[in-house]
Amino acid sequence: MAMATETTTGRHREPGTRGSHKVFLGMAPGVGKTYAMLEEGHELQRDGVDVAIGVLETHGRVETARRAEGLEQIPRRAVTYRGVELEEMDLPGVLRRAPAVCLIDELAHTNAPGVEHAKRYADVADVLAAGIDVVSTMNVQHLESLNDLVAELAGVRVRETVPDRVLAHADEVVLVDITPGELLARLREGRVYPAERIDTALNNFFTIENLVALREVALRQVAESVGAQRIAYAGAVGTREESLPAIQAVGDRLLALVEPNPQAQRLVRRAWRSAARLSADLDVLWVRSSRDMSQEDERGLAALRQLASLLGAELHVIDSDDIEHAVVEFVAERGSTYVLLGRPRPATGLRRLRQSLPVRLMRRLDGVDLRIVADRAQRPEREW
Amino acid sequence: MIGAILCILAGVLLGLAAGWWLPPHGRRPTLVHRGGARRILLPFSGESVSRRALDAALRLAVAEDATLMPAYLAAVPLTLPLDAPLPARAETVLPLMEAIEQRAARRDVPVDSRISRGRTSRDALSRLLDSEPVDRVVVPAGSGADAGFTPEDVAWLLAKAPAEVVVLRPGPADHEVVTGGAVRGHF
Repeated sequence: MAMATETTTGRHREPGTRGSHKVFLGMAPGVGKTYAMLEEGHELQRDGVDVAIGVLETHGRVETARRAEGLEQIPRRAVTYRGVELEEMDLPGVLRRAPAVCLIDELAHTNAPGVEHAKRYADVADVLAAGIDVVSTMNVQHLESLNDLVAELAGVRVRETVPDRVLAHADEVVLVDITPGELLARLREGRVYPAERIDTALNNFFTIENLVALREVALRQVAESVGAQRIAYAGAVGTREESLPAIQAVGDRLLALVEPNPQAQRLVRRAWRSAARLSADLDVLWVRSSRDMSQEDERGLAALRQLASLLGAELHVIDSDDIEHAVVEFVAERGSTYVLLGRPRPATGLRRLRQSLPVRLMRRLDGVDLRIVADRAQRPEREW
Repeated sequence: MIGAILCILAGVLLGLAAGWWLPPHGRRPTLVHRGGARRILLPFSGESVSRRALDAALRLAVAEDATLMPAYLAAVPLTLPLDAPLPARAETVLPLMEAIEQRAARRDVPVDSRISRGRTSRDALSRLLDSEPVDRVVVPAGSGADAGFTPEDVAWLLAKAPAEVVVLRPGPADHEVVTGGAVRGHF
């Protein structure tokens, strides 16, 4: 009899709906994805959820095998291929057992010929379709779209890949992250591979350069997944006004507020440098007043366009006489987290009664950092 | 006596009015400096710019109260759209622009930088000259392999540029260049 169940996220689910999928993503073997998956299983079990292991790949790691104790393991099934007996996840067995949550290790695994699907991620799709929640694991280099990039970075091409849609459709992606140094220490201690494989691993895939690059790829991948979920959520909330508060990016997005004058070039350069350091996107905005554009403005704007296009930044021009309002709207729309602007000109006469633009923006842009870029500053120059 | 008091009061009022009108730091507000009317173009296309050419351009700018216009000529390969982002080049060009501006700032020369794209450096320069009025163009003569312009480029420039062209003879100090190395990561 079909019963309503709670998902891994505690959501109440009606019978017949798809299970939720949580993926533990890592930069390389040994970071602790499987361990994290098992931890999650224990935690759910403690909360009274029916958990079972669909398949576990310990690779001989004692710690991992020990952590699996206390969790029910659905027996694997034997598959004979070219006279060799192999063990694969028993998909029909998992579907028969139908736990509330099934732990399925290594999404990218290729099954032995003769079972239902060639790939384990396809098995997982069937499990999810049966309304069973799945917690699984994979390494970032197995992601199809990153295969070339990872091959270029690490010099190692993996053959077992997972289509991007699998990760994109996952309800949760959790990065299991440790520093490359820590992973190398684990490897040397024999906690990742048996002793006879350590030297080979250290001389090939497990170099500090590879791990740093893979870690960056993994971090970016998860950041993108989170960004996509944020946008999807904002869209699902409803009207634009309702969704605006949801536009709170985890990653940074910089806005350089400029006028088409020579000083703007330096402001954009500064903003670009900051954006590069933060791995953030950069928008350049000019709020054009209703006065006519001079030839000098036009030339300045063209120069800004050229600079922005070289940098891959987006140049926006908004026509408005209320610069403060235009900037506040733009920041909300784009999810900017930093605003850079030039030093305001000293006010005279009655304008002194009004607060300067940075102060007014600071008051209205909650949670947004404001940076005033100084005028031309001289720095000591190294001699060549 | 009353006249003296009135004079003092008038002086005080005048002082208050001046204090109100003047900006807080006590100087008349200056307009955003857009540089002098004259513009001196210093085109370059590599990762460095000839120090002699930069110094010559700065000397001229000081003498003529002109604005220096350093212009990076970006040759975009045919495999890319002309307006494609060029992040790797930005990494070298932007620090170089900053280094040039810092040198100009030491001599109080206003700077208005430009980036011009084309399929070749000459094409980029041609597009720039078509869109920007300049009074002088300063280029160092060289073999083309260094920071200088080849004889063919110089001949083309003399024929094309609607401005005075200052060509610096090759000299023993031509190996001295300004790069963005000093400011990279610090601006």
